[in-house]
Amino acid sequence: MASRRLPQPAGTWIDRSHPLSFTFNGRRLSGFRGDTLASALLANGVRLVGRSFKLHRPRGVWSCGVEEPSALVDIGQGARRTPNVRTTLLPLAEGLAAESVNCWPGVGFDVGALTGACAALLPAGFYYKTFKWPSWHWFEPAIRRMAGLGRAPTAPDADHYEEVAADTDVLVIGAGVAGLAAAAAAAGAGARTLLLASGAQVGGALSWGADPEVAALAASARQVGVRIQLRTSAFGIYDHNLVCAAESVSAEGAADLPGCVLRERLWKIRARAVITATGALERPLLFPDNDRPGVMLASAAHKYAQAFGVACGRRAVIAANCDDAYRLAAALAAAGVEILAVVDRREGAAPIAGAAGLRVLTGATLTAVHGARSVRGCTVAPLGGGRGERLHCDLILNAGGCAPAVHLHSQAGGKLRWVAESAMFVPDGAAPGLTSVGACAGVLAHAPAVSHAAEVGEALARGGVPPQAPVGGAGRSDAITRVPGVRGKQFVDLQNDVLAEDVALAARENYRSVEHLKRYTTTGMGTDQGKTSNINALILMGEYTGQAPAQVGTTRFRPPFAPVTLGTIVGRRVGALYRPLKRLPAHDWHAAQGALFETFGDWCRPAAYPRTGETLDAAAQREAATVRKCAGLFDGSPLGKLEVYGPDAARFLDLMYVGTLSTLRIGQARYGVLLNENGTLVDDGIVARLSEQRFWVNTSTAGFERTAAAFEEWLQCEYVDFKVLITPVTSRWANVTVAGPRAWEWLAKLGFEAALTPGAMPHMSLRDSVWEGHPLRVLRASFSGELGYEVNLPADHAAALLARLWAQARELGATLYGIEALQVMRVEKGYIHIGTDTDGTTLPGDVGLARGVERKAGPFVGRRSLLRAAARDPGRLHLVGLVPLDGQTLLPVGGQIAPNPPPTLTEGHVTSSYLSPELGVPVALAMLKGGSQRTGEEVRVHHLGTIIAARVTQLPFVDPSGARVHG
Amino acid sequence: MKYSALALLRGALSAHRNWVPAWRSPEPKPTYDVVIVGGGGHGLAAAYYLAKNHGVRNVALLERGWIGGGNTGRNTTIVRSNYLFPESARLYDFALKCYEGLSRELNFNIMLSQRGIVMLAHSRHDLDSMARWANAMRMNGIDAQILTRDEVAARAPLLDMSPDARFPVLGGFTQRRAGTARHDAVAWGYARAADALGVDIIQNCEVSGFLSGAGGRVVGVETSRGRIRAERIGIAAAGHSSVLAKLAGFRLPVVSYALQAMVTEPLKPALDTVVSSPGTGAYVSQSDKGEMVIGAGLDLFPSYAQRGSFAVLQGVIAATLALFPSFSRLRLLRQWAGIVDVVHDSSPIIGPTPVPGLYINCGWGTGGFKAIPAGGWTLAHVLATGRNHELAEPFQLERFITGRLIDEAAAAGIAH
Amino acid sequence: MMQLKCPWCGLRDESEFVCGGTTHLIRPDLSVTDATWGEYLFFRDNPRGVHLERWRHAYGCGQWFNVARHTVTHEVLSVYAMTDPPPAHS
Repeated sequence: MASRRLPQPAGTWIDRSHPLSFTFNGRRLSGFRGDTLASALLANGVRLVGRSFKLHRPRGVWSCGVEEPSALVDIGQGARRTPNVRTTLLPLAEGLAAESVNCWPGVGFDVGALTGACAALLPAGFYYKTFKWPSWHWFEPAIRRMAGLGRAPTAPDADHYEEVAADTDVLVIGAGVAGLAAAAAAAGAGARTLLLASGAQVGGALSWGADPEVAALAASARQVGVRIQLRTSAFGIYDHNLVCAAESVSAEGAADLPGCVLRERLWKIRARAVITATGALERPLLFPDNDRPGVMLASAAHKYAQAFGVACGRRAVIAANCDDAYRLAAALAAAGVEILAVVDRREGAAPIAGAAGLRVLTGATLTAVHGARSVRGCTVAPLGGGRGERLHCDLILNAGGCAPAVHLHSQAGGKLRWVAESAMFVPDGAAPGLTSVGACAGVLAHAPAVSHAAEVGEALARGGVPPQAPVGGAGRSDAITRVPGVRGKQFVDLQNDVLAEDVALAARENYRSVEHLKRYTTTGMGTDQGKTSNINALILMGEYTGQAPAQVGTTRFRPPFAPVTLGTIVGRRVGALYRPLKRLPAHDWHAAQGALFETFGDWCRPAAYPRTGETLDAAAQREAATVRKCAGLFDGSPLGKLEVYGPDAARFLDLMYVGTLSTLRIGQARYGVLLNENGTLVDDGIVARLSEQRFWVNTSTAGFERTAAAFEEWLQCEYVDFKVLITPVTSRWANVTVAGPRAWEWLAKLGFEAALTPGAMPHMSLRDSVWEGHPLRVLRASFSGELGYEVNLPADHAAALLARLWAQARELGATLYGIEALQVMRVEKGYIHIGTDTDGTTLPGDVGLARGVERKAGPFVGRRSLLRAAARDPGRLHLVGLVPLDGQTLLPVGGQIAPNPPPTLTEGHVTSSYLSPELGVPVALAMLKGGSQRTGEEVRVHHLGTIIAARVTQLPFVDPSGARVHG
Repeated sequence: MKYSALALLRGALSAHRNWVPAWRSPEPKPTYDVVIVGGGGHGLAAAYYLAKNHGVRNVALLERGWIGGGNTGRNTTIVRSNYLFPESARLYDFALKCYEGLSRELNFNIMLSQRGIVMLAHSRHDLDSMARWANAMRMNGIDAQILTRDEVAARAPLLDMSPDARFPVLGGFTQRRAGTARHDAVAWGYARAADALGVDIIQNCEVSGFLSGAGGRVVGVETSRGRIRAERIGIAAAGHSSVLAKLAGFRLPVVSYALQAMVTEPLKPALDTVVSSPGTGAYVSQSDKGEMVIGAGLDLFPSYAQRGSFAVLQGVIAATLALFPSFSRLRLLRQWAGIVDVVHDSSPIIGPTPVPGLYINCGWGTGGFKAIPAGGWTLAHVLATGRNHELAEPFQLERFITGRLIDEAAAAGIAH
Repeated sequence: MMQLKCPWCGLRDESEFVCGGTTHLIRPDLSVTDATWGEYLFFRDNPRGVHLERWRHAYGCGQWFNVARHTVTHEVLSVYAMTDPPPAHS
C-alpha cells in the first residue's frame, strides 16, 4: 500500500474516536469522522478511483479540493443518487456507498480502456474530421455511451432545498488568514460583516496544522461580531454585486438520513462591499504521463498529511517549479514521507532554506513516469538532454507554481495582469464593488497578506478606497514547463484528456484564439472547469504561436465558480410551489360536488361535474343541454374584474376599447374588445357603468393581468394628465353565474329582489343589490346564449351562495356546469374565445367586429394599425361556422382547411369544435380565408392525413335572433 | 486538404503534423467585391454560398472577435423546422434540408443528430394548439406527428408523467427530423469551406463606420484594421444589428436582449431526444458529451452584456425541474448568454436596407442557429444578384410598415 | 440580478419589476403615414450604451418610472419620474 494512515498527531481535522464505515465499488472500508471520501480512500491504500473521460486512463486522487478532475464517484441510490461527486470535497458519512464513474465493468478492468489504445487516432477534434459517412447517426450512440461520466438519477429528488437572502455591509468570501483579518478589521470598524468559509473550518491552509494563529484570528473575529457562515461556498457574482453562495446543510450520502432532508441552502447576499480572499490554486507542471495514479498536487499531499493524517505515498519525488516546493518537502518529510529528490526544472535555482537534507536536482525534469495504475517510479533527466536516472518513488508531487483564484474578481468585471516572474495572473486593481486580498490578490507572503487584508477591511467598512495589493512573495516560476523531445502524453486537462500535443494541433490548424482553443480541444470544459489546466493551456498556445501568455489571454470567467446543484438554485420553487395554481374561493365546495378539475391558464377550475362512469365529454353535453332546457350554475370567479374610477374614466375607456363606453347609461353594460397598438385582438369583456365616474370592467380570465397592466401603462406613461384610478378586484369578488330559461326563477327562490327580474332588468345591464346582507353586483349577461345572471358578491361568501342555490337545483331540474359545457354553448352561439379562435394576427374585422370600428368616431388603441393596407387585405382569414357534411364527424380543432392535399397553401384552420347537444350535430368555428363571402361553400378539413368534408355556415348555430338571451 | 478517417490514420502515424490550418489568416486587401460584416454562422454561410452558388470569391468576411464567438457559439444547438406559417416553414425547412447534407458538403462533421424534438402538451388547449401546429407543418410538406401521452413517456422516460404534476404531460407532437448539431462545427465547417474557395476571413477586425458614395450608396467600411472598399456589403451580426445600422444611418425594428443557456456536468446517456415545453418555456437536450443542455426564454430587459440575470436563471431551472424532477441533484456546470435581435413577430429580416448596396440579415431572435444555411443562402443570393431570394421575400423590412407581419411567436417556442 | 430604486418603495430586486422598453416615445396621431406609424410601433434605437427605458414596480406599488441604464454594464445612472424630461447622460 503506497498511501496509508499516519499516526497522531497527524490529522487535525479527523476524529479518531469516531470511526465510520463506507463502501467503494462494493468493498467495505473504514475511515474517521472528519475524513473526506478521498482521504479515507487514500488511508485505505486505494489508488485507482476512476477513469478519464476520453481515453479511460486509470486515475486516482489528484488534489485535495474543488479543483479535482479525476477522482469522481457516484453516490447513493434512487432518489438520493448523486452523480459526479468529488471525493475530495465529500465528507465521509456512515454507510456512504460510492461507485467509480465512466468505467465498465469496473474501474479495475474497464473495456473503455481500448479507446486509450487508439489514442493516436483520437486527437483533439478527431470527430470533426470523420464520422461523416454514411452519417453521424451510425456512430453517435456508441460515442455517447463512451462519453459522459456518472449516471443520472432516475427518481425525483428525495430532498429539498431552501433560499435565504442576506444583507450586510461587508461580505468576505474565504476564511483563510487574509479573510479572517479583513473580516475582523471590517467588523472592528463598525461594519456588519459576514464571512463565508467553504469548508467546515476557518483558517485555510494554516488550519491544517492547527496553527494557533488561526484560533486567535478566528476568536478575535467572533469577538468583534463577525458572522461566520461555514460550509458556504460563493459561486457567482451577478449584477449590482449580488453574491450567490451554496451552503451544504445535511450529511451527504449518509445511510441513516430521514426521508427528506434539507440538503443545501442558496444564499443571495447583497453587500455594500465585497472582499474576496479565495486563496490560490496550484498550477501543475507538465511531464509525460503526469496523470498516473500517484501523481498529485504537492499542496494536496501536504494537506492530506496534516489535516487528514494520510500519507499519500512512502517515497516521493517532487517535481518543482517554485520555492514553495521546498517548504512542502520539509513538511512532508517531517510527517513521515521519504523525499527521494526535489527535481527543480528552474535553471540556476539556488538551494532554499529547508532544502538542507534534501537531494535537489536543478534544471531537471521528469521524462517518464513508470506504472500505469499506480506510480512505481520515474525517470529524471537534465532539461537540455542527457542521461536519465531512474528513481523508485511511489508518489510524484507536482509543485508547479501558484495560480491565484481570480474567478470572482473576473466575474465582477475585474481585469487581470500577468506577473511574468511567477507565471501567474493577478487582479489588476479592484473590480467594481469587489476587492481581493491574500493569495487571490497575488499577495503570497504571510505578513503582508494579513496586514493588507486588515487595511482593506477597515477601509471598506469606512466607505473609503482600499489600498493596492502588495503583489509578491510567490518567487520565481517558469511559465512553460512542457518537456520537449520526449515520448509520452503530457496532460494539460486531465479530465478531458487534453494533451500538450492537442494544443499544438489547435495552433497548427489555426484555432488560435483562446476561445477556439477551448472549444476545439475541450480543455477546461470538464467538471473541474479548468482550474488546474486553463493557465497551462494558454501558456502552451502562447509557446506555439510566439505570444506571451497575457497576449493569449483567458476565456471569460462566468458563474458558477464550482458546479452548483440545480435543486439548490431553485430552492422551494418545486412541485406545487412552482407557479402555484390559483383556486376558486369555493374550491372545496366544488370538489365536494364531484368537480373534475383541470388547469386553465394558472387557474384550477371545474371542467365538468361528471356523474359516476360519465366521461368529460358526456358530462359537458348533459350539462349544456340542461342549461338550455332549464338552468345551470357556474363559478365564473376567475373572470377579470377592474374598477375604473375618476372624472376621466369614461374618456379613458373610450381610448382603450374599440367600442364607445362613454355613452353607457348608469346600469348599462356593453361588450368591449381591446386591441394592442398593432391592431390585433388581445382581450375582451363586458364593461358596465356603475355611476357617472365609475365603471365595472370585466376582462377575460387569462388576459386580466395583461389588461390591467396595459391600462396602467397608458395612464401613467401616455395619458398622464387623466384623473383615473384603476383597482383590480378579481379576487375580491366571486362570480356566481346562473344561466338558462329558469335562471330568474332560481334566483327568486332565494329571495333576490324584484328589481332584478328579467322584465325590470334588460340584458346587458348591471344592478347593485343585496342578498342576506351581502352586497351584490348583478350583471345580466350571457356567454352561453341563455338568460344569464352573473352575481358578483364578496368572495368569502361564494360557497354559501352556491350551496344555497344548489339546494334548490333538484326541484328545478338544474345542473352545475363547468368550463367544458360553457365552451360547448358559446361555440353554438358563435362567440369567440380570445386566444383560442384568435391569435397574434387576428384583427377585429376578421371576427365580425368591423362595424364597431367604423361606428366609432374617436381614436383608440390600435386604430391607426387598422388603417394599414394589410388590415384590409381581402385574403384575410374570417371567422366562420363549419358543419361536417356527414352531420356526424366531429371536426378536429387545428384541422387545416385546403382544397388540395399537401404540400399546399392552406386557407384556414378549425379553432373550436364540439358536438352541439341542441342540434345533435357537430359544429365548429374556423378561421377561413375570405370566409365572410363563402357561406354555403363546401371545404375540406385536413387532419393528420385524413380529410373531412364540411360546409361553411353562418353564425350563430343556435337561436340566431337572440330571443333566449333577451327574454 | 480533405478530412477523412484515412487522414486521421495518416495523422496518427505522423504525430498529427500532417494537418493544415482550417482557414488562413490573411491581411485584408483594400478592395473586395463583397464584404460581409459578422463572422457567425449566417455570415460564414453567406460567404460560402457566395463563392459556391454564385462564383463570387473576391469576398472578405470581417469579424470583430473570433469567428463563431457570438450567438453561434452560445446557442443550445437545436435544429428544427416546426413553424406555423408557410413562409417560415419553407425557410426553416430549407435550412434543415441543407443541414442534412452539410457534413458531406463541407467535409466537416457537424454532428447532425436527428434525434427528434418532442413538444409537450400540458392541457387540452395545448393539445389543440399542437394539432394546429402539426397539421400546418404537414400541409407545408414537413414531417410532424402527434404523440400520445404514452408515446411521449417512451421517448423521454425521465419526464414527470404523473397526472398531478403541476404541468402534467397529456401528449405532444414531434418532428423526427429535428434534433441537434454541433454549433462550433457549423461555424468552423463553413469557414473552412469558404476559405478554401478563396474567401478572406479576417478576424479581430471591427467595423467602425460605413463609407458613402454617390447617391448615398455604400462603398466600403472603416475598420480597426484599415479601410476596405466594396460595392456590396452584407450585415449578419446578430445582437449588434442595431449598432451597425446606426453606423450606416438607419434604424431597425430590433431590440437586443440576453438569452441564457446552461449545461450540467456530463452524464451517461439519459435523454435521447430534444424535449420542449412551450407551456413552461423550458427545453432540454443531452449533448454528445453527456451534458444536459437547458435553455428557455429571454431575459426581460434590453441588454448587450452577454450575461443574464440570476433570477431568470432560477426560473429556467425551476421550469426544467418541473418537467424532469430527477434532474434536481445534477449540477450546473456552465452558464452563458448571447445577445439576440428581438423583433415583434419573431421572424427574420433578410434583404436590402435603406442604404443602397447595403443588405442585412437579422432579427432571428432566439431561433437563428437552426436557420444558418437558409440565412446564408438568401443573403448570398441578394448580395450576388441584387434581388431577394424567393424564400426571403416575405421577410423584408417593409412588413413593419405595411403590417404584413408573420407572427411566429407561438412557433418560436420561447416566450417573448 | 439588478436592483432598482423605485421612487416610492426604495431599492428592490429586479424580479419585482417589469421592463417596459424604451421611454419618451411620442405617440403620433391617426393622420400620420404608415411609415411614421411603423417607426413609432417598431423601430428603435436599441443603443449599446445608455438606454432610457421605463420600468414598472409590478410586484410592489405598481407605479411606472423612468430609468437611465447602461445596456452593457447594467449600471443604473438615474431614476426619474415618467413626466420628467430625459436626463443629460451621453
